[in-house]
Amino acid sequence: MRLLRFLLLVLVARPLALFMTGADVSGRERLPLKGPAIIAANHASHVDTLLMLSIFPSRAVSKLRPAAAADYFLRDPVIGWFSRHVIGIVPVARSKAGRRAASGESEDVLAPARAALAAGEIVLVFPEGTRGDGASDAMGQLKGGVARLAEAFPDAPVIPVWIQGAGRVLPKGASVPVPLNCAVLVGEPVAWTGRRGPFMDALREAMLALKEQAPPLRWSDEP
Amino acid sequence: MDFVGDLTGHAGRFLAAQPRPLLAGLAGVVVLLGVASAIAAVLPRLKPGKSYEELRLRIVSWWGMVALLAGALLLGWQATTAVFAFISFLALREFLSLAVRRREDRPAILAAYGCLLAAYGFIFADRYMFYLVFIPVWVFLGLPALMALIGQTKGYLASAATFHWGLVTCVYNLGFVAFLMRVPPSENLPAGAAGLVFFLLLATEFNDVAQYVWGKLFGRRKILPSVSPNKTWEGFLGGWITTAALIWFVGPVFTPLSGLGLAIVAFVLPAAGFAGDVTMSAIKRDIGVKDTSHAIPGHGGVLDRADSLTFTAPLYFHLMALFALDRF
Repeated sequence: MRLLRFLLLVLVARPLALFMTGADVSGRERLPLKGPAIIAANHASHVDTLLMLSIFPSRAVSKLRPAAAADYFLRDPVIGWFSRHVIGIVPVARSKAGRRAASGESEDVLAPARAALAAGEIVLVFPEGTRGDGASDAMGQLKGGVARLAEAFPDAPVIPVWIQGAGRVLPKGASVPVPLNCAVLVGEPVAWTGRRGPFMDALREAMLALKEQAPPLRWSDEP
Repeated sequence: MDFVGDLTGHAGRFLAAQPRPLLAGLAGVVVLLGVASAIAAVLPRLKPGKSYEELRLRIVSWWGMVALLAGALLLGWQATTAVFAFISFLALREFLSLAVRRREDRPAILAAYGCLLAAYGFIFADRYMFYLVFIPVWVFLGLPALMALIGQTKGYLASAATFHWGLVTCVYNLGFVAFLMRVPPSENLPAGAAGLVFFLLLATEFNDVAQYVWGKLFGRRKILPSVSPNKTWEGFLGGWITTAALIWFVGPVFTPLSGLGLAIVAFVLPAAGFAGDVTMSAIKRDIGVKDTSHAIPGHGGVLDRADSLTFTAPLYFHLMALFALDRF
């Protein structure tokens, strides 16, 4: 299974991502090659996951585990199998997270992600929690799960990443992808400071700083 | 052991079947790059303190580009057409990614890639007249019609014009390089059809490098500060004269040109290369980027490297057709 995943990622996903996006990476040397490590990226499209799985060197790609919503990716057995074994997701139960917040009860929705980190893997999180609408490249509200992971693994580096343009290749709701260049900007790790609030502020700043360096995205509803 | 012997035997016969001048020309480029690599390796020791990383990357990328193009030329027209279809795709993807700004145009972007496939299909099928009119007439009309059907009229004209500019430069003009490979062996070419393409690429890239080197060494007076602040009169004129001399003296080795035809190519091609360079600079400045991507380490994007070629290729092709070729 691991071998199949590796071969699919290197021989299918990588050429596909290069064809669709050009995968214009800057700061590639800052990508973590061993876990535990956390990557926090903005989210505009399913292409984000494909792209991140494709820019890692072959020796590290098996360690990369994208955190993904269980309600969406495990909703039917075929997609669920593919999500678990090929994409290699660590499921996050979004619906439970919502209920937990409402009822104040504590079921640990991040347990799979934490287990992956404990096993020395690299967990990719999209702190916005869902894909943006792709029209503007604005970053949504960041959810605090990434801070709880950082708190649990204070020595694991948290690498901010800005992905520019994936929302044009395959916007939310579209079914046909269109090849257009995407830039991936990898930043310096954000240190765990001991408190969630300031940590999330620092992460947000770091991601927006990367966005500033990205090539202009002149893509809008109103030209 | 036998396998190795077989392989060298095949390679030997393969190379022996190639035109001598083409092999000599490729060897010359390898020697030139070797000298450049040696200089780049020695420079940090002679003048320490400066960073030579950019120069090193540039030369490494040159090796890669030369290997790709030389391999394609030696393998023949099919490989060359496939490589240039791919180069056109990369250039067009860079251009559309930067220039198109209406999200409603996603279907038109897909259609533009379809036009690329069709145009290169005409090269594969050796249908010259189809190729000549396809993008300038039929795509010119059809793509805007498709965009009208999409129904977004805001920014429509600018967007339709953007698509046409991108398709003509990145696909139609670069395609002429591949089409040169379809000149039949019956025409008396000194280095085969591959020699024609080789010399176009050599003269265009030599012109880029010569303008850069003259500018670095002697550049004082800026030529177009609002468009391309690093370009100087000294670089432009020095590059022009050096490249014109190269074409005049080396051109007859690779092309059937002589006399007036050769003189015209020598005079016009360096200026066309410069024009392609500054035209793309104006577009990049308008959009607000320095490079079209980072696809070629040390050089920028594919379009940054091929900008002068988008102008020199059709010019060289048509002058060649006018003065020396029966096929076109």
